[in-house]
Parts: sequence; structure tokens; C-alpha cells
Amino acid sequence: MGKLLASLASGIVFGIGMAVSGMTNTTRVQGFLDFFGAWDPTLAFVMGGGLLVTTLGYRFVLRNPAPLFACSFSLPTRTDIDKPLLIGAAIFGIGWGLVGYCPGPALAGLTYGYAPTLAFIPAMILGLLLAHKITAKT
Amino acid sequence: MHPFLLATIGGGLVGVAAVMMMALNGRIAGVSGILTGVFTQRAGERVWRLLFVLGIVLGGSLPPLLNADFKAPLPGTGLLLAVIGGLLVGFGTGLGSGCTSGHGICGIARFSKRSLLATIIFMTAGVITVAILRLTTGS
Repeated sequence: MGKLLASLASGIVFGIGMAVSGMTNTTRVQGFLDFFGAWDPTLAFVMGGGLLVTTLGYRFVLRNPAPLFACSFSLPTRTDIDKPLLIGAAIFGIGWGLVGYCPGPALAGLTYGYAPTLAFIPAMILGLLLAHKITAKT
Repeated sequence: MHPFLLATIGGGLVGVAAVMMMALNGRIAGVSGILTGVFTQRAGERVWRLLFVLGIVLGGSLPPLLNADFKAPLPGTGLLLAVIGGLLVGFGTGLGSGCTSGHGICGIARFSKRSLLATIIFMTAGVITVAILRLTTGS
């Protein structure tokens, strides 16, 4: 029960952060990526705030032997640089630039009821499942 | 409030969410990975993931209730482009094992070389894409 409530609470804080920061504004995100045009630096501050809190927070949290509601920390162990990582990141960046949405902000903006958002999310889920199918085989 | 300050506070809240997820459940708060798990994990592993996703949807709806300025404007993208972009974002983050939150925040905060490299690549690809978009559409 604690684990489920923790997930919900973390998601809610995450979503509030998305809406407050301006990440749900696709025009602003594209403005951040418009490095050679009218660059809007706002989103660098989102990344800055997020990294500051997470880097410091992780340092304290990961000193503990285990998280509160699980037996152990589930941390990624891979350190190799492989093709799927590089190609996947590049494909993601293209989609991100085209629309101005990455996964979190798209979900956070769902209730605003905009047609492009409602079209984006199912397509994104389909893309995730396609990638899962391909990578699960190899 | 200045947009830079709001962005820093909002980003800080995303950080708080990521630290909560690690401290309480021992998990990376990566949206693309958790969203995939909602559909692909075995039953017992689905619920916490679904609640995190629903939490983001719910959380995103709250700030506009307090102040209408927090409601993002309509995305300037047509439906076809939204679908194409959605497929690319989903497929790319699935293949690359993470998105802005998982690689860009949680991964870099763990000093992961994979995440740092992925973040540099998706940022660069995004910058190039927007530059091409501006050149071709003139907008």
C-alpha cells in the first residue's frame, strides 16, 4: 500500500512540476530547442532545478541500505554505449523537436483536452510498445 | 513571477518527485520506462506504474486550477505531425531506454555516462529538427 501511494504522490508532484515549469507548453519547448533562432532559455532552468534537487537528494537517499517500501534499490546497471541508445536518443530528439512534447509533459497536459495532445499520447504509447517488441527479441 | 523562477521551481518539483520515487520505492522516475511497464510488466508490477502515470496526469491538471496562466496553450502542431512526433518520441525513448526524465534528470544525477550521452544526443537532434522546421516552414 505504501509503495502504491508513494508512486501516486511522486507522480502528482512530478505533474505539478511539469505544469508550473512551462514544460507542458510545446511552443516554449520548441523555443528552447530553437538555438539558431529566437532562443528561449527558460527550460534550461527546469533542467537546472531538477538536476540540483535530484543530484543532492540521490546522494543522501542512496546511502541507505534500502528504500522505504522495497527490499532494494533498482538502479540501471548498464554502462556500455550501444547503438540502440544512440539511435533511440536521436529518434526521440527528432520527435521532441517536431512537436515540443517529451513523455512527461504530454501526460501532464492531457487534461487540457487539446487534440494534438490526445493524438500524441496514443501514438507515443504505440511507439514505446513497438520498441519494446524489437528490443525484447534481441 | 518571472518565468525563469517558475521554471526553476517546477524543475525542483520534478527533482523532489524523482527523489521521492528513489527514497520510497527505490526506482528511477523515468516516464517512458514506467509507461511502457504499465503495458508490458506482469500484473503485480503494473499498478504502481499506472498510479505514477495517473499521478502525472492529475498533477498536471492542478496548477491551472489555481492560476489559469499555468494552463499551457494549444500546441501549434497539426494532428498528423502530432501522431508522427508521438511515434518517434515513443519509439526513440523505448529504443534508447529513457527520455528527458529518466536520462536527463535521474541518469545525469547518478553520473551515468549512458544518460549524459543520450541527453546530449536528443538535445542536439531536437535543436537540428527545430532549425530545419524553421527553415522549411518559415515559422
